[in-house]
Amino acid sequence: MNRLFKDKEHLVRVAGLFLAGIVVFVVARAILVPKGFGQYGHYRGGALADVRSKPVVYAGRAACVECHTDEGDRWKGGKHKGIGCEACHGALAKHAADPSALKPEKPDAKTLCLSCHAVNVAKPAKFPQIDPKAHMDGGLCTTCHDQHAPDKEPKK
Amino acid sequence: MSQDRREFLATAGKVLVLTAPAAAYWDALAAGKTEPAEPAYRMADHFWGMVVDIDKCIGCGGCVRACKTENNVPPEPFYFRTWVERYHVDPLSEHPEVDSLNGGFNGFPEKFAPGDKAKSFFVPKLCNQCAHSPCTQVCPVGATFESPDGAVLVDKTYCLGCRYCVQACPYGCRFIDPRTETVDKCNLCYHRITKGLTTACCENCPTGARQLVDLKDPKDPVHEFLRTHKVHVLKPQMATGAKVFYNALDGSVR
Amino acid sequence: MEEGLLHAVQGYMYPNEIELQWSILIVLYPFITGLVAGAFILASLERVFNVAAVKPTYRLALLSALAFMIVAPLPLQLHLGHPERSIEMYLTPHTSSAMAMFGFVYLWYLMAVLVLEIWLDYRKDIVLMARSETGWKKTLYKALSLGVDNISEESLRIDDKLGRFITIIGIPSAFLLHGYVGFIFGSIKANPWWSSPAMPIVFLFSAIVSGISLIMLMYMALCVLKGAPVDMPCVDTIARYLFYAFLIDFSIELMDLIHRIYEADESFQTLDFMVHTRLYTSQILIQLVFGTIVPLGFLALTQLVKLSEGARKGIYTLAGCLTLMGIFAMRWNVVIGGQLFSKSFLGYTTYKMNFATKEGLLPAIILLLLPFVILFVLVKVLPPWEEPHEEAKVAAA
Repeated sequence: MNRLFKDKEHLVRVAGLFLAGIVVFVVARAILVPKGFGQYGHYRGGALADVRSKPVVYAGRAACVECHTDEGDRWKGGKHKGIGCEACHGALAKHAADPSALKPEKPDAKTLCLSCHAVNVAKPAKFPQIDPKAHMDGGLCTTCHDQHAPDKEPKK
Repeated sequence: MSQDRREFLATAGKVLVLTAPAAAYWDALAAGKTEPAEPAYRMADHFWGMVVDIDKCIGCGGCVRACKTENNVPPEPFYFRTWVERYHVDPLSEHPEVDSLNGGFNGFPEKFAPGDKAKSFFVPKLCNQCAHSPCTQVCPVGATFESPDGAVLVDKTYCLGCRYCVQACPYGCRFIDPRTETVDKCNLCYHRITKGLTTACCENCPTGARQLVDLKDPKDPVHEFLRTHKVHVLKPQMATGAKVFYNALDGSVR
Repeated sequence: MEEGLLHAVQGYMYPNEIELQWSILIVLYPFITGLVAGAFILASLERVFNVAAVKPTYRLALLSALAFMIVAPLPLQLHLGHPERSIEMYLTPHTSSAMAMFGFVYLWYLMAVLVLEIWLDYRKDIVLMARSETGWKKTLYKALSLGVDNISEESLRIDDKLGRFITIIGIPSAFLLHGYVGFIFGSIKANPWWSSPAMPIVFLFSAIVSGISLIMLMYMALCVLKGAPVDMPCVDTIARYLFYAFLIDFSIELMDLIHRIYEADESFQTLDFMVHTRLYTSQILIQLVFGTIVPLGFLALTQLVKLSEGARKGIYTLAGCLTLMGIFAMRWNVVIGGQLFSKSFLGYTTYKMNFATKEGLLPAIILLLLPFVILFVLVKVLPPWEEPHEEAKVAAA
């Protein structure tokens, strides 16, 4: 054995160092790679649950009509029935979870209506759009239109 | 056409309402666990995508605002999970004129005069949730990935912030969140759709131009829609397997 | 963050594209790894291909390669959003990611090629110094010798054989090292400025050109500093190889350019406009004219006309400096240029480089100077002035 390694001892030591390095690497991997990595693919399996657990900020229209049945009925019978409540009233998951915790503010009709209905060349031609000056000379939209069912007269 | 739209919306509404109880169950189950034993939501049952109808988009920017609110996206004009572009296509010009002030967050003030022989329209953009995603291919560590149910997600605790995925996305849908120095992008409101809700952008779109679709659900109206409409994906030559389908997409759209 | 950037946008950019993702630090990185690969190729010319003339630069080339190799990961660490997580690239490397696999190519090249080869070549000197030095220096050299005192002829012969073998493996390793960096860019189909099968080759040959220039310049500078005469056959040979490598590099880049202009695909107009406007100074003036054509012309002159030693030294110095400048510009044009245009092909943005920020000009300058500091230390510990591996003894045995 000694004859075999004569004049090669330094190489044996280098090889030993490399081997030690590989062992350290393997051990480090076993300790440091997060649990569940590779469960579904090349990623940490727990990441799916992390993303899913983010809080919901918009409740969704189904939650609103559970309590607000009057407005809900009027809305479902009119031309705005395709629009979610929160599109105008803002994100209200907090309110749906606990109505007293967050009271939604009434949206400003004028700016809100025009944000969709102001005439614009790029909007699809079939979409109802008006020039606010020509149509009611800049007057308040809810004078003639029920905001929840705009093809109907506003509620008295 | 309007009959189709009503049916579509009615069916979508029914689907949404029916999955609310499942959502409540899932919420209870998912709270505080890494991987629930028997989840109400099963990834294998779903394969998510989206349909965007250019003929319906009015460029109101509601989706951009809703997304930033729902997903806590930085408010500056350099970070968007979704944005809207306005195209102005003059048939005599080789290139379209495109603008997207603050991503369409505040809508689009009128810029063009009617009757100028050009056509204009709005194009909402978002992550295309590619089935052969070039961005997940280049991630060096596995911090971004395609989930088994077809959403491309980001693991914020694992991302290095190397920005390679941002370079690899052909659609420009990724950005680095300066607050966490990790990558962020539209993840199809994964936290919502796995609870039976729709995405924030679809929820707040007033015209139904954006619709979440589940390609694995035989009852999803997307199958009929894809069969009866001429749909496109963005940059098909890149073969990314994009799952956001655009109806009535003009050839000038980049 | 930078509202001023919005005003610098010309045409239309996707909103997320307006701010550049990769800064000057990412320009530095391929430049530095290129110098490593190039210096090593020069060293291997003598060791493997027996170009005896360049022997005086052998050890210097290896030490320089090591100094730059040590600095190479630093710009990347500075750039990362979470450098503390960078170990993940070794723990859970994504095999489809060129960036991840490069981590292993780098490690392999550093440990199994460069460090090992340097150690084998210097081992005799290390042991001699372990015997003759005192105090902490003795401890240092003893540690470097791994506690082995044996420098018999047989052991040195074994070292030389193994060293030669490692150099032979080292050549494709060096090719892999910088070819991979080229592939990191060349494999991105989303970016037409980068996406090209020629990228790894272009990067590799420009790396060889820059590495050879660096060693040539350093060798001449060190001779001047030491007051020693410059070995003219040595630098003449180096300059000749520089010329050849540069010709190949230029040809390949020219072929890519002609191909782009001729095919004029969907990206051509936007890229062409960019090169003629925002990238004009760095691409046309610095990289092409002063960084490629001028040094090539000068080097060609030395190959065609018999010039005096002084003239040659002057030309080599000038050509070497211009070449390094040109290759740096090439990295800049690839990295920064690739982000100045929109993937919509409808617009352009600007690169705002700050000075004293994490990814600013100041850290870039420091990182470029750092390898020379490290080299200074290396040269003190492992002086390159002695004759490297004993060729004569091998031939005799």
